[in-house]
Amino acid sequence: MSTAILARPTLGQRVAGPMVATFEFLRLLATRPIGLAGFVGIVFFIFLAFVAPLFVPLRNDPSLVDIYQAPSAAHPLGTDFQGRDVLNQIVYGGRDILTVAILAALVSTFIAISIGSVAATVGGRLDTAILAITDVTLTLPKLILLIAVAAILRPTSFVFLAVILGLLQWSSLLRQVRSQVLSLKERDYVEAARSLDLGLFHIVFREILPTMRSYIVIHFILAMTEAMYAQVFIIFLGLVPVSGSNWGIMLYFAQGQGALFYKDSIWYILSPILAVSLVQLSLVSFAGALEDIFNPRLRGA
Amino acid sequence: MTAVPVATKPVGVGWDPRRYFGGFWRHPFARAVLKAVLTVWVTTTLTFFLIRLMPGNPVELKIDELIQTANGALTYDDAKAIASGLFAIDLNAPLHEQYLSFIGSLLRLDLGRSFLSSGTTVTSIILAVLPWTLFSVGTGLLLSFVAGIFLGLLAAYRRNSLLDRIASTGGSLVSSIPNYNLALLIILFAGVQWHLINFTSMRGAYTSGLEPGFTPAFIADIFYHAALPITIYFLTPLGHWILSMRSATLSALEEDYVTAARARGLSDGRIRTAYVGRNAVLPLVTQLAISVGFIVGGAAVIEQLFAYQGVGKRLLDSVTQRDYPVIQGVVLLTTISVVVANLAADLLYSKLDPRIGRAGGAAG
Repeated sequence: MSTAILARPTLGQRVAGPMVATFEFLRLLATRPIGLAGFVGIVFFIFLAFVAPLFVPLRNDPSLVDIYQAPSAAHPLGTDFQGRDVLNQIVYGGRDILTVAILAALVSTFIAISIGSVAATVGGRLDTAILAITDVTLTLPKLILLIAVAAILRPTSFVFLAVILGLLQWSSLLRQVRSQVLSLKERDYVEAARSLDLGLFHIVFREILPTMRSYIVIHFILAMTEAMYAQVFIIFLGLVPVSGSNWGIMLYFAQGQGALFYKDSIWYILSPILAVSLVQLSLVSFAGALEDIFNPRLRGA
Repeated sequence: MTAVPVATKPVGVGWDPRRYFGGFWRHPFARAVLKAVLTVWVTTTLTFFLIRLMPGNPVELKIDELIQTANGALTYDDAKAIASGLFAIDLNAPLHEQYLSFIGSLLRLDLGRSFLSSGTTVTSIILAVLPWTLFSVGTGLLLSFVAGIFLGLLAAYRRNSLLDRIASTGGSLVSSIPNYNLALLIILFAGVQWHLINFTSMRGAYTSGLEPGFTPAFIADIFYHAALPITIYFLTPLGHWILSMRSATLSALEEDYVTAARARGLSDGRIRTAYVGRNAVLPLVTQLAISVGFIVGGAAVIEQLFAYQGVGKRLLDSVTQRDYPVIQGVVLLTTISVVVANLAADLLYSKLDPRIGRAGGAAG
């Protein structure tokens, strides 16, 4: 009808909308101390893993007189079994871990969302078949399978490891996406799109999925925690060929070098434990706060 | 073409197979069994192809190794024949025959022999360790489930109280710390720094020299050795149960039947157990089933750290020794036990929730 309704938004409008939304989001986040702490933690660790290595020089030359030192001015987190600085390893050891976690979460979220929403929208036999496959995958003991797969394939590249992790963890999210879409697809606006014969692709990706944006973000974060858990698990067990240094490899060496049962080595071992646990805690508490903010009906429930 | 098909029922006359079989497969019992069989079959097939078709697969590796150790005295075909014996499979047969005979021997629980001690069958190796994993994981998981429902129910009833805050926040904090980190912290602090626990005496599944049997001494001993793994299996999922039970209870409290029960003047205790609690627990039973697979997998690292003789430690040992028949056997038998646990939970669920038996399952 009037062209004003159909006019493209001006640049100002395009910027203002998201900015107001971001402000509102930060205001809501500020009232949730645990979620805020999680958010700060995530920003901190992303900075530590991706930005800090650009400014901190790599120092990995062994110095056998400085083995397992307690924190000092020279070594704020102490030294490891070869006298290397632990803080330096923590700074350099986060990038691979976080990259793999993000990649794996991308793979699993993509599978879950695309296949789950298509299954729910199309329905019928395709849906039944996909649901059956999902149910089967859901029951598999994935970590056992991961150990076997890693033992046979010996993934040397981190991208390959991320794909393996992603392929193992999509099933529970797919079920949830499917049931969400099942309830969304009865809404009027989807009905309208269907009556206009806008096609499956349009209905799924332009009508249904945008309303699930916050839901997808939350589950992406949770998928990251899952991938990170499995990744450190498999590196810790020494099933991924060791190259370079990351938090998982630090844990692996802590156990392999017998540092675990050595009283003075506590500073060395505590650092990767804390790094991994704090990232996990930050992600989980931030995801919890997001759920709370975007889904006020669940508030306190 | 891409229009979403509308579910239309053919108004045909004559024999419609769905009228007979559809109803049967919609029955939860049949569905659960079908799912279990499918899961086992998928794992079997996956393991079969993973071990035989992947680049650098163990079968070829073993053949190469045999040729090399024999120093040229062995032809490729001879080595292949020996490897066939080890994998309990005829490697010269076409792939589909290998696959069929693999399935056949699995049905007889014949999983081949260990590479390291060629007299020992894989089945006997696994049966020696599987009970310990099932015992420790089962105990820890059930304890955490019961404690979690209790605390979650309490937290929901005393919403926003101190207990609620501690239970829900503390629970979610502990749950988001990876189990291997929890185990490491226990070793570091309780064991190495403070000397509260003597790890050396807790190694293994039971003290060697003790006669296994249903004697009080032996039962106390196996609990002593399993105490640390059980603690981890208890703590890791606890927060999840608390939070799920809390939210399930809160939504159950708003249901009309609870209001109706209050209006009828039923006692609070009765409402709490028979109306709120029972309905809130139901969805958690399914989650319990799914978590079995996860905890069993996570048990590998826990058993390794605490030197507990379970199936996970056995699996890791065979990985370092490249004992592929044992790896294959562990994957298969662990999956089967997880599937059986799931099946039991599915059946229990349909027993607990009489609506399921009729309404065509709780899909979704």
